[in-house]
Amino acid sequence: MELIRPDININFVGMRFKAVIFSGLVILACVAAIVMRGGLNLGVDFAGGTLVQIQFKKQTTPNEIRNVLQELGLGQSAIQQVGGAADNEFMIRTDVTATGLTDVSQKIEEAFDKAYGPEEVTVRRAEMVGPKVGHDLRQKALFAIYYALLFIAIYISGRFELKWGTSAIMVGVLIVGVYLLEALGMKVVYLIFGALLITFGLCWALKLPYALAATVALVHDIFITVGAFAITDKEFTLEVLAALLTIAGYSLNDTIVVFDRIRENLRKERKRPYAEIINSSINQTLGRTLLTGGTTLFSLIFLFVFGGPVIRDFAFAMIVGIVVGTYSSVCVASPMLILYEDWAKPKRPMKRAVSTS
Amino acid sequence: MKSLKWRAALIGVVLLMGLVYLIPSLSPSLPPWWGGFLPKDRIHLGLDLQGGMHLVLEVEADKAVENSADRLSEDIKAALREQKVPFIRVEKAQGWDIHVLVAGAEAQGELNRVIEKNYPVLKAVRAETVAEGILVVLGFQDSEVQHIKKLARAQALETIRNRIDQFGVTEPDIRPQGDDRILVQLPGVKDPQRAVALIGKTALLEFKLVAEDVSADMAKEGRLPPGTKSFPMKVGDPVRGQRIEQIALRDRTLLTGEYITNAEVRIDTQYNTPYVSLEFDSQGARIFERVTGDNVRKRLAIVLDGTVYSAPVIQEKIGGGKASITGSFTMEEARDLAIVLRAGALPAPVLILEQRTVGPSLGRDSIRQGLIASLLAGITTIIFMVMYYRLSGVIADLALLLNIPLIMACLAAFQATLTLPGIAGIILTVGMAVDANVLIFERIREELRLGKSPRAAVETGYSRATLTILDSNVTTLIAAVVLFQFGTGPVRGFAVTLTIGILASMFTAVVATRVVFDYLLIYRRVRTLSI
Repeated sequence: MELIRPDININFVGMRFKAVIFSGLVILACVAAIVMRGGLNLGVDFAGGTLVQIQFKKQTTPNEIRNVLQELGLGQSAIQQVGGAADNEFMIRTDVTATGLTDVSQKIEEAFDKAYGPEEVTVRRAEMVGPKVGHDLRQKALFAIYYALLFIAIYISGRFELKWGTSAIMVGVLIVGVYLLEALGMKVVYLIFGALLITFGLCWALKLPYALAATVALVHDIFITVGAFAITDKEFTLEVLAALLTIAGYSLNDTIVVFDRIRENLRKERKRPYAEIINSSINQTLGRTLLTGGTTLFSLIFLFVFGGPVIRDFAFAMIVGIVVGTYSSVCVASPMLILYEDWAKPKRPMKRAVSTS
Repeated sequence: MKSLKWRAALIGVVLLMGLVYLIPSLSPSLPPWWGGFLPKDRIHLGLDLQGGMHLVLEVEADKAVENSADRLSEDIKAALREQKVPFIRVEKAQGWDIHVLVAGAEAQGELNRVIEKNYPVLKAVRAETVAEGILVVLGFQDSEVQHIKKLARAQALETIRNRIDQFGVTEPDIRPQGDDRILVQLPGVKDPQRAVALIGKTALLEFKLVAEDVSADMAKEGRLPPGTKSFPMKVGDPVRGQRIEQIALRDRTLLTGEYITNAEVRIDTQYNTPYVSLEFDSQGARIFERVTGDNVRKRLAIVLDGTVYSAPVIQEKIGGGKASITGSFTMEEARDLAIVLRAGALPAPVLILEQRTVGPSLGRDSIRQGLIASLLAGITTIIFMVMYYRLSGVIADLALLLNIPLIMACLAAFQATLTLPGIAGIILTVGMAVDANVLIFERIREELRLGKSPRAAVETGYSRATLTILDSNVTTLIAAVVLFQFGTGPVRGFAVTLTIGILASMFTAVVATRVVFDYLLIYRRVRTLSI
């Protein structure tokens, strides 16, 4: 069986400007969503607060639950039904955390025991994250993203271009640059953007088009996945962070496969125009790109549907990431190479030959 | 030919080792001959799957330093009296400064001499002239502050460990985290709140004299003579239940719980109520004997964490080093109190920074849902591969199936923890595991289209794709390693299964499937490849 015909030749390279515009619009929508919502909807892991998942024996409504919480002064809590309607299961989230040794979840449990009767209520999960730990986790999460990007950037600049010397220079400049930014008292969020800009700039200056294209595609994928959480107003939790880092690895996986093929074809056919080689490389690997993306996507959809509420957001992030990652390795990363050629070397018209395929 | 046998043998050995490591997790009881060097570790389930409590505590080490300053100021008072150095006042001020007020320069000189000689841990921070005389501010040497804090953290960890051991939780995990935090994981704990109360109770037991000349009203209104302080007291009332009253106690602590060697729950036969009986060591017994002998007919209050439990009248000198704490406890409260007294007091209060509890029912649901999702993902992928690549798909599926026991065996062998995100990681590797084979197969198809013989096509397909496979997996490995470094609990479990999954799938997809192909093409001389 073959889904993709071997002689397929879609002009992906020719669509590069449309792809750039499309990606730009999506990113714009993500930025708009993040700005309009005033940042991400951080889960208790990062924001601090208390989350209680309660199952009731009998049917109840969010309003009845809110009435009970009102007596505790927790009327502002977010109440959300989880699972099917027959499960009678609700998630309660508040910003309040423990003081000393008395836990908010304990108070909530006692209040519901009193209102519904102790046999009617089961606390399935209670999570309390104090502001200190929340702050620490936020910081650690940002550093995790930063380090993952740093190491990956170093790896691809070294491995792709086989210029480990250049890669070492890049590491040096990056570390010094980030150190300087840190010394200026920059927040970690801006530090990441700073490090990314330095990475892009370095790739450009050191003439590492593959590394540049791969990093751009990677940031594109991660940013759109984060944006999807802002658009759907889903909670950003520790598990979602894990998904983001996995997407970072996975997004490159696709890109690397295509780039490997481009390099191989460049060695084989020196006379063909650059754009044409890139386009046929994308087409040659298209079957594999879609197949792997497809099996992974199917697995994740099963996880999303059957995996239960605890893991659902993780599965959602991965699904978005896989879809965007597959799109970006075909339509963003490889055409970026040509854009680089177009912009960086305007004096060599031979390389600019437009693909006619 | 030779290398084929070797490779087949390698796969056999890996599979066999995997099975050996898996057996303890699969069978409920191991046969008696299973011992010696054979592995006995089972796959460890995370708290999110088996239910339990995850707790991060902070030791307020500053309080321990303040307590030391408190004790030291009493000590200095006694030393000054003994050496006949005149002073007006010695008191602990804000933080851990000790203020000594002396009348003049002469007394200040004598004070400095005493401090230098007897208290090397202290230093005179400054001295200022006030209306009543000279105020000398003493403070700890910096190294001493660090030392007290370090000791407090170590002791808190040890105390909490003792308490949990006596509470009876299977496989608790208690470890320091960072500078001043303690991580406590209690799998399968049934009553989380009781466990928190037990772990977090400071359990500072003090014996103080009741200030008899202060009436209950004065204590309530806070009109207290110097040297006394008002404390809440639990009063058991058979009619109205428990209520809290105020009682004034003298500041001086006559005896603390640090001399306790044993504490047990006893039942008062008269009222059939539980109480806690205490035994002191020889030093504690001597102090207790002296204190009771000196204060016959006075009331001695037993104070636990700032609450008075009882204040009986001392009838006579008590020798033998035994005492008891009565009060209206439930059996459970008495049992927990005995545990904390036996295990010792925390050197400083602890705060809960993070608490996560997962009920056993949710854990079971998570396992079931995780299994269903994994099975469906696996079956779909297997069917798809057969449809798409026919016989070659079957070979890839064999590799995929080989993956699962390998991942599980690695989890058992490395004592890694399987969490719910960990299961997600396995599902993800099922998707990724076929990736390597898809890369290889697509390449083989291309080579076949170019007119190569099956054997040559397989040869080129594998050699061309292997480097790409390595390359493309390294980036995911980098992400997994960063996640592992960052991660706590569940996320770390994800990083572990993802890493193991990638390594296992590379092995099965690149090495194991190749052996099957080579066998078919070289030994069975298959002419056409079903791919």
